[in-house]
Amino acid sequence: MLRVEGITAGYGPVTVLRDLSFQAQPGQVTCIMGRNGAGKSTLMRAIMGLVPVQSGQILLGDAALHTLPAHKVPLHGVAYVPQGRRLFGPLTVAENIDVGLLTRKKGLHRREFVLDLFPRLRERLDQVASTLSGGEQQMLAIARALCLEPQVLLLDEPSEGLQPSMISLIRETVLRLRETGLATLLVEQRVDTVLRIADKVAFMAHGRVEHVAERADLTADSTLFQQFVGV
Amino acid sequence: MPHSPLAEALRGGGWLGDTRAQMSFGPFLLLAVLEGTVMAAVLALTAVGLSLVFGVMRVVNVAHGELYMLGAVIAWFVTFYLPLPPAMGWLAALIIAPLLVAAIAALMDTLILKRLNYDPEATIVATIGLLYMLQQAALTFYGPDARPVVAPFQWRIQLPWFGYSGYKLFVVAAALAILLAVWLFMTRTKAGLVMRATQVDRETAQAFGINVDRVYAGTFALGGALAAAAAVLIVPIQQAHYLMGHDPLLLSFIVVIIGGLGSIRGTLVAALVIGLSDGIISMFFSPTLAKIIATLLVALVLVFRPQGLFGARA
Repeated sequence: MLRVEGITAGYGPVTVLRDLSFQAQPGQVTCIMGRNGAGKSTLMRAIMGLVPVQSGQILLGDAALHTLPAHKVPLHGVAYVPQGRRLFGPLTVAENIDVGLLTRKKGLHRREFVLDLFPRLRERLDQVASTLSGGEQQMLAIARALCLEPQVLLLDEPSEGLQPSMISLIRETVLRLRETGLATLLVEQRVDTVLRIADKVAFMAHGRVEHVAERADLTADSTLFQQFVGV
Repeated sequence: MPHSPLAEALRGGGWLGDTRAQMSFGPFLLLAVLEGTVMAAVLALTAVGLSLVFGVMRVVNVAHGELYMLGAVIAWFVTFYLPLPPAMGWLAALIIAPLLVAAIAALMDTLILKRLNYDPEATIVATIGLLYMLQQAALTFYGPDARPVVAPFQWRIQLPWFGYSGYKLFVVAAALAILLAVWLFMTRTKAGLVMRATQVDRETAQAFGINVDRVYAGTFALGGALAAAAAVLIVPIQQAHYLMGHDPLLLSFIVVIIGGLGSIRGTLVAALVIGLSDGIISMFFSPTLAKIIATLLVALVLVFRPQGLFGARA
């Protein structure tokens, strides 16, 4: 289980996250919602060690992630799909997957797993990543992250800028991964997606998790969406 | 035959006999192309080191020429003090100098550049400081004299019009072999993949377990080693001197800017263009004119294609 306990974090003198706490359970999809500037992406980056945590702690099992340098966080089973995908554009699909497998001693099995999950990538292994379509790029970004064989998957707005068929594919993939026991933390702005795949929704404002709701308690016209997302 | 200092020297019998000094334009052009090719090969090796450092680390290493100079000076020490035949001594220098310079470069990275968090402006100032430190260290421990390193072999290729140094042709072949090794390293090895991924996106690379500090130290060491290897190759032709790093630095910057900052392919193409044009213009006109034209070329590239011929637009 990933536990974020009272963290304060930000960029230099600017504090973005303030005394933020929440938990992500294995086999559950936890959606993070909030307006622009609420600190959703900064939370993801703080978990990955890319933003320094000034106080509080981030725990995954016995590992205190907030004490680790950024490059050691993925070794403890946390994988990250950043906003905008941030693929290694000039590298091929195969090379992007190989980067994901760098920390695996025996990566062949994992490589086959992600290529079975996204068969379209198998057809494009030698293609340069930046020339893929938006949907294919998102598949590659998720595949690359899954190569780490994570316990926790952080997805930062994976449906951003994608056509509906691709959004459906990403949703199905997240649901399939949930069945494997993966804890998924998903930053998402689309209410319909959240209502279909979330187990829990954490609503953020001003750098804090202000409210956590079970999906069963939410409907499309819930006042929480209006209050925290403005839809 | 054209009038130039080199042409005069050739005519004077330093390189060519009286008969061959009367050679026509074709053979003279061939000689100029050969000289330019030697220069292009060594320049490519030096500039690829500079380009790698900039591409991966975004650091403009103003001390790159001094790492080249250190390579030549260490080569002189190795060949002078190791009791080996010239060929073996030079071979030892080709191994020892790049390794030592790589170690010095890694130390420079760890002690200085890393502490500046690789800030682009601060690292320029820091490497200017390192330039003078290395230069003065060489002056103190090596001295102000230019000292020769004996070539590993002395044979000459006799063409119908003139004789040409076999060692110079060997320099071209050796530089090409090292460049091929660098290319294979970058494209076919795990370490090369790690360097390329870090070059594209340092932060995302960390999210996949890549220790960026280690990659940077390794890249800076590799850049230094390539400069040192280029120096060991050229030092039997040019002699080792504590101020010899200036020209390679200037030409490497010219090559890297024309080719495109961080583009290895662009660096190689630009090195060939600059090396050949420098060789030919120097021989037919004057070395000063060659440098003026190269600098003008840089100005044109900066105005009309700031990212260089093969560089990606920012």
